[in-house]
Amino acid sequence: MMDSTEAIYNGLKDAGIDFIVSVPCVNLSKLLNMIDEDDEIIHIPVTREEEGIGICAGAYLGGKKTAILMQNSGLGNSINALKSLMELYEFPLLMIMSHRGTEGESICGQVPMGQSTPRILEAMDFKFFKPGTPEGAYEDIRESWELSLEDGKPVSVLLEIKYW
Amino acid sequence: MARREAIAEIMKHIDDELVVCNIGFPSRELYDIKDRDENFYMIGSMGLASSIGFGLALAKPEKDIVVIDGDGSLLMNMGSLVTIFANNPQNLTWIVIDNGAYGSTGNQDTYSQLIDLKDIAKSVGFKNSHNFEEINLKEIINSEDSSFIVYNTEAGNSTAPIIDLEPIEIKERFMKAIK
Repeated sequence: MMDSTEAIYNGLKDAGIDFIVSVPCVNLSKLLNMIDEDDEIIHIPVTREEEGIGICAGAYLGGKKTAILMQNSGLGNSINALKSLMELYEFPLLMIMSHRGTEGESICGQVPMGQSTPRILEAMDFKFFKPGTPEGAYEDIRESWELSLEDGKPVSVLLEIKYW
Repeated sequence: MARREAIAEIMKHIDDELVVCNIGFPSRELYDIKDRDENFYMIGSMGLASSIGFGLALAKPEKDIVVIDGDGSLLMNMGSLVTIFANNPQNLTWIVIDNGAYGSTGNQDTYSQLIDLKDIAKSVGFKNSHNFEEINLKEIINSEDSSFIVYNTEAGNSTAPIIDLEPIEIKERFMKAIK
């Protein structure tokens, strides 16, 4: 069985992702360390997810394959940019979200946004995956960049608490 | 002097630099003054001009990037000052046209009238933080640190028309030109 973090990392690598922005989540901390140690990936921590969306748009203009790593709360912080920048200009983007507020959550503050996250993505008409295993996550992530290019929209991978 | 004249003045110094321009009248005025494939016009997502320019600067280190931003947009994305300072992309020149107003929505006052954006950028740590009148833009573009330039103008919009390019066209011709 693949390690849950390594599966994501390998998926990103095999998708050709070479530019990542992030706002941390405790569940992403090991992954963020792996990305920091990878000289082939430019990694920019950002102050707010919306800012990161703009940075990814610019990096794509310059030829990079881009991803954002964040909590699902960051989806709420970046909805307008995802629509009126990414979708409007048909920018591809891979969004890897630690999906908090799901089964096993210990912090009540995560629950309202966590419960609404999939329905928000549906309302935005953005495709997303909810892999249950590392093998599934690897496949979903590896294919998401191409899917995002075809769609001309961001594609998300939601990683619930029980995934880890 | 209003924003349009400031953009015209900036463009006198632009040769092969890539330009990212703020949403609304700034992009319309730039399009009217000097349209070129190497201009990226923002049609949506107010506040993100500097972020787009920063991502581009990281992806294209061999190119010089000039961002034409506004005070209202900067106030919407103040975190960008910290992120850009911390990463210091030396090929990025960030010009904020500060007219103290939300121009495209009818010239409502912004809080920038109460503060000095140049001093804020300095206190964040930008070594190159200047008023436009104090500098030679070409020297700043060629300098070894990222730069933050404030261009103070009066409020007011010109009669520049709506940009008659599709967003995808703006993106694709830009990417083709810089490949």
